[in-house]
Amino acid sequence: MAESFDYLFFIEVLTGGLLSGVMYSLVAIGFVLIYKTSGVLNFAQGAMLLFAALTFVSLVERGVPFAVALGITFAVMVLMGITVERVVLRPLVNKPPITLFMATLGLSYVIEGAAQLLWGTQVHALDLGIEDIPFEFYGVFVSKFDLFASGVAAVMVAGLTLFFRYTRVGLSFRAVADDQFAALTVGLRLPRIWATVWAASGLVALVAGLLWGARSGVQFSLSLVVLKALPVLVLGGFDSIAGAIVGGLIIGASEKLAEVYVGEYFGGGIEGWFAYVLALAFLLVRPSGLFGQKLVERV
Amino acid sequence: MAAITADRADGPDALAWVAPVAILIVAFTIVPLLGSNYLIEAIMLPFLALSLAGVGLNLLTGYAGQVSLGSAAFMAVGAFAAFNFNFRIDGLPLIVSVMLAGGVAAAVGIVFGLPSLRLKGFYLAVSTLAAQFFVQWALTKFGWFSNYNPSGVIDAPALSIAGIVFEGSVGRYYFALIIVTALTFFAWRVATSQTGRNFIAVRDNETAAKFIGVPVLKTKLLAFALSSFIIGVAGVLWAFAYLRTVEPAGFNLDRSFQILFIIIIGGLATIRGAFFGAALIVVFPVVLSRIGSFLLGDMFDSGVLDMSERIVLGALIIAFLILEPDGLAALGRRLWSRIRTKVGSPSEA
Repeated sequence: MAESFDYLFFIEVLTGGLLSGVMYSLVAIGFVLIYKTSGVLNFAQGAMLLFAALTFVSLVERGVPFAVALGITFAVMVLMGITVERVVLRPLVNKPPITLFMATLGLSYVIEGAAQLLWGTQVHALDLGIEDIPFEFYGVFVSKFDLFASGVAAVMVAGLTLFFRYTRVGLSFRAVADDQFAALTVGLRLPRIWATVWAASGLVALVAGLLWGARSGVQFSLSLVVLKALPVLVLGGFDSIAGAIVGGLIIGASEKLAEVYVGEYFGGGIEGWFAYVLALAFLLVRPSGLFGQKLVERV
Repeated sequence: MAAITADRADGPDALAWVAPVAILIVAFTIVPLLGSNYLIEAIMLPFLALSLAGVGLNLLTGYAGQVSLGSAAFMAVGAFAAFNFNFRIDGLPLIVSVMLAGGVAAAVGIVFGLPSLRLKGFYLAVSTLAAQFFVQWALTKFGWFSNYNPSGVIDAPALSIAGIVFEGSVGRYYFALIIVTALTFFAWRVATSQTGRNFIAVRDNETAAKFIGVPVLKTKLLAFALSSFIIGVAGVLWAFAYLRTVEPAGFNLDRSFQILFIIIIGGLATIRGAFFGAALIVVFPVVLSRIGSFLLGDMFDSGVLDMSERIVLGALIIAFLILEPDGLAALGRRLWSRIRTKVGSPSEA
């Protein structure tokens, strides 16, 4: 780096990274919801994202109005949440967390297969009506679409926070997250709460699926964004929504910066593993992540 | 110790050696004699390689309780290391290259096993994904590993052990069978030795294991090393004996999941479970495609087959976790003991 450092370019890369980090956070939040309340690391979150986006886009392509398609897809995701609770979670109550994780791995295969068997495997374009054009902001180019996505993420996080804090259902979620046995004792119905949580994370999957789908087309690879979200979770802690946001921002920004400034020394293409190595290095120093509870041992 | 041995000799397991020996005799004589080329090429060779990978992963996940999602990476390391040893060192016997490749995989396994000293459960599972992505990236990115072959796909060398050349599908089958038999025996010895008991102690309760004097950290790394060694050799078999080419693309995340599924379906912490699981994983797509095209005819194309395969496989995993957490191995044991009580009860009574 003999010539002077290009600050504008640096800021542009950083902004781009932060904004793509928001997209990672969107996926990660779905994980956190389920992990907080049921202690399950839901590997099928990516498959749910694919299923939601594919269902929505296929409905729209068949002439269903936008809002109606959104409603139907949400209803389908709620139905899926209830079914998962009934068929997968309930029989596995009190099994070790890692067993439940493997069950969600199987679940992701089922959902991916079902989504593509129902709607086919071709790539669908999804137009949300927001152009993905960069505009200039004090000499820095920012993507309009990314800004929109961040706005959506902000609204969703605010909504979830309010929901958890001020509603009765949110209170019962927090009770279950704190102590399942105590929650049972005071008469909360775990199965119903879990079904609700899965439905809620289905909603998150729908939102994330639409944004990711508009970005890169609705296709099988959508399901792989789960692999982008895992390092975010490791960094932020599995049970913290704030952690998912901050973790996403850190991963997004450092990934882009590394690719631009360090990538050439490795021959490029380091995006696939950089986030993992970063998260790992971080974990060796702080095993519970940025905001996670200190009890890594319980897993 | 004496009590345990005595117990075994008198107990119902006195004839435990009969089944493995019978299977080996069938595998070494009847299968190559009567099996069609298709059976050996498309079923037996992938079955042997995947079984061995399953045996390796079972040491780590089943016995030592460390979940790994990076098995395919260690297979890739083994395959590429064997290719390079064989290609770059003149006159090195192939079997030595294979063992050295296992050694390289073990070394890589130890490196990626280091996080296990501080991490557990999900965090560890996620960190093994780092191995998966890093290894695949490195093998595609650096041409040296594939000898600067433009397509990244390289041909496997001819197979031989101690001067005997193994040619044709039957030859490759024998080559794989000999190695799988030897390493399975090795894994069984490890699992039934003090090392294996240390693995189980670490899996069941780390604090208690430490308290009774098991060196926890050393045991974990040993589990990673032994498991990666076996998985690495399985990778060599996959590339050299089954596919006949060495390429990074086949060792992807789906392969890692496949091996994990093998041991879940087959039965965690059993040696024979890996073989049951691998048999199911290899045979079931064939059966499914036959049934599908029989029932649905032309509607059942390769796309539909692919998707229904995913659905059935996923459903199988969930079903096994719920209904039979100890896998096919436990089912088999129950069936076996039922047969024995039926057949053996008159003489024993």
